[in-house]
Amino acid sequence: MSAELVAVAQQSTGEPPAPRGRWRLVAARLAGSRGAVAGLAVLGLLFLLAFAGPYLTPWDYTAPDYANLRQPPSAAHWFGTNGLGQDVFAQTVRGLQKSLAIGLLVAVLSTGLASLVGACAGYFGGWTDRVLTFLVDLLLIFPAFLVLAVLSPRLRGSGWIAFVLLLAVFNWMITARVVRSMTRSLREREFVAAARYMGVGPFRIIWRHVLPNVSSFLIIDATVTVGGAVMSEAALSYFGFGVRPPDVSLGTLLAAGAGDAPVFPWLFYFAAGLLVLFVLAVNLVGDGLRDALDPTAAAGRRPRRTRPRRTRSTDTPSRRSTP
Amino acid sequence: MTRYLAGRLGYYAALLTAAVFLSYALTATALGPRAYFEAKQPRPSAAAVDRQLTALNLNDRTPVAERFGTWANGLLHADLGRTIHGTAVNEEFGRRIWVSLRLLLVGSLLGMLLGVAAGAWSAVRQYRLSDRLLTVLSFVLLSTPVFLLALLLKNGAIAAKDAAGHEVIPFTGYETPNLAGGVGTHLADWALHLLLPTLSLALGGLATYSRYQRATMLDVLGADYLRTAEAKGLTRGRALLKHGLRTAIIPMTTMFAYAFLGLFTGAAFTETIFGWHGMGEWFIQAVNEQDVNSVVAVNLFAAVVVLAAGFLADALHAALDPRVRTA
Repeated sequence: MSAELVAVAQQSTGEPPAPRGRWRLVAARLAGSRGAVAGLAVLGLLFLLAFAGPYLTPWDYTAPDYANLRQPPSAAHWFGTNGLGQDVFAQTVRGLQKSLAIGLLVAVLSTGLASLVGACAGYFGGWTDRVLTFLVDLLLIFPAFLVLAVLSPRLRGSGWIAFVLLLAVFNWMITARVVRSMTRSLREREFVAAARYMGVGPFRIIWRHVLPNVSSFLIIDATVTVGGAVMSEAALSYFGFGVRPPDVSLGTLLAAGAGDAPVFPWLFYFAAGLLVLFVLAVNLVGDGLRDALDPTAAAGRRPRRTRPRRTRSTDTPSRRSTP
Repeated sequence: MTRYLAGRLGYYAALLTAAVFLSYALTATALGPRAYFEAKQPRPSAAAVDRQLTALNLNDRTPVAERFGTWANGLLHADLGRTIHGTAVNEEFGRRIWVSLRLLLVGSLLGMLLGVAAGAWSAVRQYRLSDRLLTVLSFVLLSTPVFLLALLLKNGAIAAKDAAGHEVIPFTGYETPNLAGGVGTHLADWALHLLLPTLSLALGGLATYSRYQRATMLDVLGADYLRTAEAKGLTRGRALLKHGLRTAIIPMTTMFAYAFLGLFTGAAFTETIFGWHGMGEWFIQAVNEQDVNSVVAVNLFAAVVVLAAGFLADALHAALDPRVRTA
């Protein structure tokens, strides 16, 4: 506890908390985690596939090839063709592109909103808390899928960015509630009280002391959200409430291919496999980040990854170390 | 504690009222029942469409507040109005609710219990083989959307049927029609039909809960009070159970409550894919048919289920964390 108080004192006297050292440590730990490295590699490859893929094939994702209807994968059509003779590879990379963009945007928007609202509600308490909580609860009562589905006829023609905004607006509440309850118990902790008595402003306390302490949760949550948003997109599009033809996403591809999956597997399993692979890679990176950011890691037991403890404690900036 | 819970109950009643109004207003303005009638063949006259819409309390020329008033008045007399086909929403509701609840209750409880147990176990054994295996399994499950999992299970059942020549595991509906036999046969038939839909719901829950539970448990494992508990003579196991798990489960109570949201959505997919005529399937059908009253009825059901789950989570939270009771 005393180390934390010292750390707080150091911080509020204006001494820089050496952020570069911390991130270098995080990067080093991340590089030591096989799952995270594999996840990052897969993510890199998938992004490459999504954005360079369209240039690899002569086929456009909308152009039909009437000579080849529902043909299995071949040298000409790598992932085969669908019932209209469209190239499944071109469609899949195009759909992947759209799904990746949707997932990342939704995660950034929704986690940012969640941490802001959750931390404010938890830290300020009183009426701020009551109003924000009521808002969160009100939005939460309706499953997002129901609202999005009901609103979807209104969205026809307003493009996928509107869809991203809606996904984000109906996605942040659960995280906000968890952040709120974590903030409420953090508010009672000595280091927050010490900062408050020293006259540190509330938003500075939230930024410096509350959010870093919920960061492991936020990071897991943001990654789960990237995956979750891609999955929500796919689910909504599968039922015809999300991305619409002629635009393609992984969801519209799955919807088109699901019925034929037992007979024409290439119409379904390429998109399904890429969807699972992408979300899996995102989750692996998130988990690696969690371990890398864990403030109690120096005191933790990790039989498999024994690094000399001395290096770790010198690398760790003082405010991160636990007594 | 009773007083705290009574306060929560009042809060939920206020929330439900606001939510019901918002839901009605949203649905009534976003959906277009007029277009549904106008698209009929042969095309009815404008006056006939108006008459039908008014009879069903769906006329968009009547102000939303007035339509809501009529609907709310019906609700007070336990009448949810009429579907777009003119049949009573109540009848449909009564038939479908049991189908959905069966799926939701079994799926959620199974996912919850298994998830918490697996997560806590995983955290205590961090980086050992069992943790790694559970992690890999939950990662793969977590990366598979419910509808995809359901489709994969269904495709698996179809493949098994093709291989065996007869249906091994049923994948459509919730019972075999016209099944002869006693209570035992019927129960077994039910359970078998429940298997794949429940699995597709519970497996997702298992993966989600175990990840979060593992994370909160790991945060607790390094805590001073656990070391103190061990220092004063508790065994590691008892300290973990009494002081570790109890604390680590508190942030999870919030998750439990709102996991019902995801579960409800998941149930909608599962029902549609496995041909269960439940609330979720009804909802998707109703949105596509511009059936305002049915959509609102499903929304109402979802809101009540979610709030009930929220109330249960509050009770659990208060039981676990004494600070909450006085707050």
